[in-house]
Amino acid sequence: MSQRVGIIGFGQTYHRSRRDDVTGIELINEAVRSALEDAELTIKDIDAVVIGNMDHFEAVNYVDTWSVDGSGAWMKPLIKLTTGGTTGSTLGIAGYHHAASGLFDVVLVIGWEKNSESDTTGAIITCSDPIFDRFSFSGALPGLAVEASAYIKRYGITEEDAARVAVRDRTHGANNPYAQLQTPVTVEEVMKSPMLSWPIKLLDICPRSDGAAAVIFAGERKARQMCPQPAWVHSTAVRHSHAYFCDVNYEELHTLEGAVRELYDHVGIKEPLKELDVVELYQPYSFAGLKWIEAMGLCKPGESPRLIWDGATDMGGELPFNPSGGVICTNCIGATGLLRIGEAALQVMGRAAGRQVPDVNLALATGFGGAYWSDLMLLGRRPW
Amino acid sequence: MDKDELIHLHVDVDLPYRWAAGRYGSIMLKALRDEKKILGNCCPQCNKVYVPPRVVCGPCFVAPDEVVELSDTGTLAGYSVVNYPFIDPETGQKRPVPYTYAYIQLDGCDSYLSHLIDETDPARLSPGMRVKAVFRSDADRVGRLQDILHFKIIE
Ligand SMILES: [Zn+2]
Repeated sequence: MSQRVGIIGFGQTYHRSRRDDVTGIELINEAVRSALEDAELTIKDIDAVVIGNMDHFEAVNYVDTWSVDGSGAWMKPLIKLTTGGTTGSTLGIAGYHHAASGLFDVVLVIGWEKNSESDTTGAIITCSDPIFDRFSFSGALPGLAVEASAYIKRYGITEEDAARVAVRDRTHGANNPYAQLQTPVTVEEVMKSPMLSWPIKLLDICPRSDGAAAVIFAGERKARQMCPQPAWVHSTAVRHSHAYFCDVNYEELHTLEGAVRELYDHVGIKEPLKELDVVELYQPYSFAGLKWIEAMGLCKPGESPRLIWDGATDMGGELPFNPSGGVICTNCIGATGLLRIGEAALQVMGRAAGRQVPDVNLALATGFGGAYWSDLMLLGRRPW
Repeated sequence: MDKDELIHLHVDVDLPYRWAAGRYGSIMLKALRDEKKILGNCCPQCNKVYVPPRVVCGPCFVAPDEVVELSDTGTLAGYSVVNYPFIDPETGQKRPVPYTYAYIQLDGCDSYLSHLIDETDPARLSPGMRVKAVFRSDADRVGRLQDILHFKIIE
């Protein structure tokens, strides 16, 4: 690493199930203008732009070029990245790499999606292998449900345990004026909601959203000049494993386990439940809020329901998860991972307003996607 | 602008593709079509048996060059009963629901096979159940994974 890097600005759109009032380019532009305003910068301060989405949702496969006016990348170094569900976290990590390399000082990172423009499940299916996976695959939901079915059988987890996770995120989402879903729900309401793909019910799963996010990364010298309290990048970790869905080990989330082990070792975290202050988990469905916090080492396998029911991950708990309401309240897929990073940055900067966790020193953001891939970014109040 | 003044374009795209199954995929699909056999291949380094057979074992990054015949029976590892409607990009039509999407560990294999189970009542399904492949008739097998019609529960 050539220079330390901090996040100095974050902007997002108001996320809705349909943003009929804007094109993708206009949506991108909203997030970019909001991030520049947040950092008190102009587009002239930006040295390079990293942009991405899952392009099969809009079927515009030349997003970098097509959106160059909206993104502000006109006559600037520009790269498009797309890695499925992890697109947003990939974008954030790539923005960090751009700045950390010392080749660019101020890097604008944009993630966006207009999920309303296509059949979400139909589009997701096109990311699977056409010969061996596609005829049976039916998008994100059953892929996740298969994991849940094995997990609940192994540890005697109940559907109510998962519902309590959804209740937490929906409760938190009411504090976030940008979230698509801002109405709290009860365990009973989750349990009574329609069964979409057993054991996942409507209120266990993320919505599909139109929205965009933009995060500005800066090298240390510029970050200190431009921002009174940057959110400093301490560490990142990436684990992309298999390509075929049928290769995934549904018993353990090895990618997340491997990624947290690398990250905790790198920064010296021994007791994550005590040492982390807030987590923005890319948690697309409620059961993940149980199994994946076990993979993160917060408790032993099968013991997560106790933490969830005790409120340890609620606002005011020992380690609050998803103060923004998380993915269960907003899921504009190419922006989703970047929203986790932006929201974690707000927590470190002390600028999360009605969803602020007090005294955040360390905030962890995660990304999830593909055939059970995991990305991480740890942000801190002081430079690493 | 007023909401009903906003304009949208609705376009249905019919875009034909032609995908290669490759050398290993072709060996497997040919055996499925001609002999009702399910083939995998084995990594010489970690001894993992894979289905579908493939050019490289990802973790070892060596060629799993030994082709092995797998059983048409296996164990249900995980599943979901799909209840919601969506457009199937294979056909452009709504895929019929409910159907059961499942990961099956064939006997003698270390990876799973994605396929279908002919039971859509979650109460009658459980991980660990034994299942068996049901093949399409000789005339209907064309050299694709759907030459296995579905798996059925055998206990
Ligand atoms: Zn191997």
